[in-house]
Amino acid sequence: MAIKKFAVACYDDEAVLFPAIDKVRNSGYKLHDVYTPFPVHGLDQALGLKETDLHIAGFIYGITGTSTAVGFMSWIFTKDWPINFGGKPHFSLPAFIPITFELTVLFAAVGMVLTFCYLNQIMPGVKKHVFHPRQTDDTFVVAIELSEHTSEAEVLAFLKSTGANETNVQVAESEWWYGRFDKKEAYELS
Amino acid sequence: MHLKYESSTREPLVEGNKTYHQVTEDICKPIEQKPSRLWYIGFFFSISLLLFGVFSVFWEVYWGIGVWGINRTIGWGWDITNFVWWVGIGHAGTLISAILLLFRQGWRTGVNRAAEAMTIFAVMCAGQFPIFHMGRVWDAFYVLPYPNSRGPLWPNFNSALLWDVFAISTYFTVSLLFWYSGLVPDFATIRDRAKTNLRKRLYGLASFGWTGTAKNWQRHEALSLVLAGLSTPLVLSVHTIVSFDFATSVIPGWHTTIFPPYFVAGAIFSGFAMVQTLLIMVRKIFKLEEYITLAHIERMNKVIVLTGSIVGVAYLTELFMAWYSGVEYEQAAFQWRILGPYWWSYWAMMSCNVISPQFFWFKKLRRNVPFTFIMSIVVNIGMWFERFVIIVTSLYRDYIPGSWSYYSPTWPEVGFYLGTFGLFFTCFFLFAKYFPVIAIAEIKFILKTSGNNYKEQMAPIEEKSVEEFAHEMEHAH
Repeated sequence: MAIKKFAVACYDDEAVLFPAIDKVRNSGYKLHDVYTPFPVHGLDQALGLKETDLHIAGFIYGITGTSTAVGFMSWIFTKDWPINFGGKPHFSLPAFIPITFELTVLFAAVGMVLTFCYLNQIMPGVKKHVFHPRQTDDTFVVAIELSEHTSEAEVLAFLKSTGANETNVQVAESEWWYGRFDKKEAYELS
Repeated sequence: MHLKYESSTREPLVEGNKTYHQVTEDICKPIEQKPSRLWYIGFFFSISLLLFGVFSVFWEVYWGIGVWGINRTIGWGWDITNFVWWVGIGHAGTLISAILLLFRQGWRTGVNRAAEAMTIFAVMCAGQFPIFHMGRVWDAFYVLPYPNSRGPLWPNFNSALLWDVFAISTYFTVSLLFWYSGLVPDFATIRDRAKTNLRKRLYGLASFGWTGTAKNWQRHEALSLVLAGLSTPLVLSVHTIVSFDFATSVIPGWHTTIFPPYFVAGAIFSGFAMVQTLLIMVRKIFKLEEYITLAHIERMNKVIVLTGSIVGVAYLTELFMAWYSGVEYEQAAFQWRILGPYWWSYWAMMSCNVISPQFFWFKKLRRNVPFTFIMSIVVNIGMWFERFVIIVTSLYRDYIPGSWSYYSPTWPEVGFYLGTFGLFFTCFFLFAKYFPVIAIAEIKFILKTSGNNYKEQMAPIEEKSVEEFAHEMEHAH
């Protein structure tokens, strides 16, 4: 949780955004984040983000579901309360497969979604600063974090030169906060 | 590498001259406007159906299962027929959202949100039937394996009916998560353009504080892909397990290995028909013809004719196997299906499911909206009869001629069925009013390759030589 000062550049097309990101990364300014209204392919490479490990988490959750189902059903039917179903074996693995499969999928899906929410720090009621009200509509936003040594005018001029159609300086919370949606926070644009 | 080029021989998926902002405007408009008179009429009609359903269920719970028409020979009647019918309808939504995502079919983006909403509401309706069929519905939680004070006595994990409990509840949960994870960014769009305080707060809550950073989108893409990968075998497993309810029992007409693929094909068949019914209404009422285009309708009609034909082959295979098996009970079951006292249901099924979809071999009819609408209803009537035929006409003449019986529903059964229509359409009307019925972010994602105005700009590219094109695309993002 920290209030920081940002220089914000808004672009109206992803074709302008990519060369701008290259310039910002080479300029030495501290890139805070890039906000897009939809997933833009190649953006993670352009920003040098590494591939997410979310699917590995999903695999681990899935395996947990598999072993929970097999272990639980085997324990019940061989140890806890063995029942004779028409003389069939107590440990009847083929009949366990449907439930094992369902629990694998259930654990993987629920676990992954919760991990997704945790990693992205999103939850009902969580608020984050919105740099531009149209960043979820048609505006691609690049935010640069400013220190007290950075010259605002210089940064803004630089951002303008990268093709931004709107630039400004905002003082905002850089992380998330919890509470009611604050009109002033989210809609202040200067 | 995502090429910004698509051949102009492919039809555009978004018609009209759309920009990113125009897409947002078009899809958010119904949410931000007062609903039309048509919406109110439909909504209150659905609510009254729902209330009638609630009354019918109350009547059944109060007096017991005896108020239904089922008897000792025919233990499964309209209730299980409706259960299988509703679950089947749900399958098209998952097919569109998951399987078509894995196959990278861009056209899914126009229809996946509404289709998946349909899945969730259909599964909600389906779940009611086995629960109330239990009779003592207050003991319904006995199906759950929880440490209880009766031993603990566990449910029978080898029973196909318990597999159903797990399959349907998993299916509902995973579909809901998949659907909602796609909705979060779109709710953020509505939140950020909200004009009223209440809307800002409610959509702020629903959007989980989404802002759309590059890393968040990267994870979102990974999540969608894995959930699609999980949902694909899941949706196949669900109707397979539903078919096991029948196939694992030794009833002539049920005990066949063809059931799982036959049920899955039938489910997709009826599901796509329901998607057509709903989307033809949605595109008309909300004026979304530019997003749900004739091309979308035609593609879905192709799926309908394919799966309808698979179902037809399955019907004929059943008849062949009955004859070829040499089992006289099996033969008798099919003979009575076709010519017995329930002949009308068999022939309703045959004509609605096998013969009528064949009209879709004609391109003119595939692209004819009123014809498609009528056909979508015909198909769903046919698929309802299919489940009725499988369930009732396999049970009504069992091994002892003395227990042969006939079954017709009573008003609480019919009321229960109408009530689930009420539930389904109440949910769907609320969805259409308060949720973006088309995935906004996903449409924007395909806009530059498949939007009409962008496709028109492809013409000069097509005149270039291959080398020139490859050279230019080398550095494109």
